[in-house]
Amino acid sequence: MFDTLHDRLAATFRDLRGKGRLSDADIDATAREIRVALLEADVALPVVKAFIAAVKERARGAEVSQALNPAQQVVKIVNDELVRILGGETRRLRFAKNPPTVVMLAGLQGAGKTTLAGKLALWLREQGHQPLLVAADLQRPNAVNQLQVVGERAGVSVYAPEPGNGVGDPVAVARGSLEHARAKQYDVVVVDTAGRLGIDADLMQQAADIRDAVQPDEVLFVLDAMIGQDAVVTAQAFLDGVGFDGVVLTKLDGDARGGAALSVAQLTGRSVMFASNGEKLQDFDVFHPERMASRILGMGDVLTLIEQAEKT
Amino acid sequence: ARSQTSLGRGLLALLSRDHLDEDAWEEVEDVLLSADVGVRPTQELVERLRTRVQVLGTRSPQEVRDLLREELVALVGPDLDRSLRTARHDGRPAVVLVVGVNGTGKTTTVGKLARVLVAEDKDVLLGAADTFRAAAADQLQTWGERVGVPTVRGPEGGDPASVAFEAVKAGIEAEADVVLVDTAGRLQNKAGLMDELGKVKRVVEKHGPVDEVLLVLDATTGQNGLVQARVFAEVVEVTGIVLTKLDGTAKGGIVVAVQRELGVPVKLVGLGEGADDLAPFEPGAFVDALLAD
Ligand SMILES: Nc1nc2c(ncn2[C@@H]2O[C@H](COP(=O)(O)OP(=O)(O)OP(=O)(O)O)[C@@H](O)[C@H]2O)c(=O)[nH]1
Ligand SMILES: Nc1nc2c(ncn2[C@@H]2O[C@H](COP(=O)(O)OP(=O)(O)OP(=O)(O)O)[C@@H](O)[C@H]2O)c(=O)[nH]1
Ligand SMILES: [Mg+2]
Ligand SMILES: [Mg+2]
Repeated sequence: MFDTLHDRLAATFRDLRGKGRLSDADIDATAREIRVALLEADVALPVVKAFIAAVKERARGAEVSQALNPAQQVVKIVNDELVRILGGETRRLRFAKNPPTVVMLAGLQGAGKTTLAGKLALWLREQGHQPLLVAADLQRPNAVNQLQVVGERAGVSVYAPEPGNGVGDPVAVARGSLEHARAKQYDVVVVDTAGRLGIDADLMQQAADIRDAVQPDEVLFVLDAMIGQDAVVTAQAFLDGVGFDGVVLTKLDGDARGGAALSVAQLTGRSVMFASNGEKLQDFDVFHPERMASRILGMGDVLTLIEQAEKT
Repeated sequence: ARSQTSLGRGLLALLSRDHLDEDAWEEVEDVLLSADVGVRPTQELVERLRTRVQVLGTRSPQEVRDLLREELVALVGPDLDRSLRTARHDGRPAVVLVVGVNGTGKTTTVGKLARVLVAEDKDVLLGAADTFRAAAADQLQTWGERVGVPTVRGPEGGDPASVAFEAVKAGIEAEADVVLVDTAGRLQNKAGLMDELGKVKRVVEKHGPVDEVLLVLDATTGQNGLVQARVFAEVVEVTGIVLTKLDGTAKGGIVVAVQRELGVPVKLVGLGEGADDLAPFEPGAFVDALLAD
């Protein structure tokens, strides 16, 4: 489908073999190829520009490698920079000193929040926690039923005092869930919220109201890995509207390159914490920056080659 | 997505110089890239535009803007037939199959489309062939109740092809005008699930040909949208695209590449979560929104 970045870089560097040194012209030519590769991976344009500038900077100062040819050397710099941004400060879920710990999920429509709620619940339960799922999406048709089914599959309780489908106040439900959790000794509360658009001021305010009602320890922004250039606009809107502490990338079992991971990490400084990679509740993992970097570049095998080249 | 610079300013800068400046053209490119049009279609478009500007000796920013608009409209194909085949024919209902990856808005689109058809005085029946996702059939049934049409559903975890078959059968027996079949979301790289979808269509076709296969694409989708369209078209012969969530900030520029490569027209757009938020696709309006800041 797409030419890999490595193929393109190899072509760029064909004339350079044996030269072993990166000139400004080489770096510019390479930068153009990397730009295309990142754009085809759906990295947002402003992020691509900033990223390329940073890579050029590093490439200029780079020592000429003995082990790597120029193409490999640039790819390595690109990869290292990607991992650096994606990695951010890798951190685990923060638990409250006084339980319950509150985790609130927010994101666009259809991103995978409700499914993630089930995955988180199962994951937490397996670690010995007593999670409670909270049905605070009272808008989408049968979102409450969906969460109940998901909760049942995960073997956890669901707090769903309102039927939904337009009936009930999500802020009140969220608030009520804390009392319920304290009374019944649940130590983690996961609040599922309705999908909303960044430009929907009313619903963004509602999300902020839910946040204020439950004072979450973690607000997780749930993002579909297939998203394109809109990722930065949406991430910024959620950051401004409700704020978030971490990102969860969903539908990574697809074949999208997932450049959004880079866009959002670079723009917001929040790291991707979890990866959702399937429709089943077990399809869930902590996030691995190195895997994501290879995926965005579309060249996992090449990086292995570089590692081997460096070792020998 | 909003671009850093406005197209208007880009074009002004471009034309205020004697020499056509690379940076100015890059700004035009940026507008298209920021709308998810994709690298190759963008580069081709800008290349053609540059040639035309040179040949025509165009001076005014408005003229260049009009040329770009013209090129884009030509790409999204104003002459394609965007009508939906939803009329009863040969003594049986029209059958519409709705497909796509997870969470794009299939079930919602079925509900909205049912509303449109009911308003045209048609007898509509829904088939809940998503037997997989939690409460998917409930969600469709809620939509059915909302717009006043019945829903045929099967057991949870049951065979989607047989639910689809039963739904069409019920539609034939009830002498309905249209049967709308909702299917489970599936990623196009899952061979097993794509085979299952192919089977749903083949089994339904025992009643006669399917009239429309609508692929639902989410406007926020990036370059993967083209891959989705390719694979779904291969498996179930897509006859139309529904571009959803255009009420957000995403421009849905990926459909430019989809139309260019597959020639499958965008027929409908989704503009919200309500029952009335479905509209016919209008190339001019779509392109204007694409070029707006
Ligand atoms: N393949 C795959 N599908 C997923 C994943 N996560 C969620 N889904 C599917 O994506 C669709 C939407 O998921 P939901 O959990 O309902 O998304 P949501 O964000 O709660 O949606 P709204 O509440 O409508 O905003 C469903 O079909 C899920 O099964 C994933 O990691 N991989
Ligand atoms: N803003 C907006 N939201 C939409 C639109 N269409 C659907 N949605 C929302 O997107 C989410 C997913 O819609 P569904 O209809 O459940 O999507 P689906 O494709 O059936 O999802 P799966 O069956 O899980 O694959 C829901 O929250 C819908 O309300 C639209 O045009 N605009
Ligand atoms: Mg949900
Ligand atoms: Mg559905």
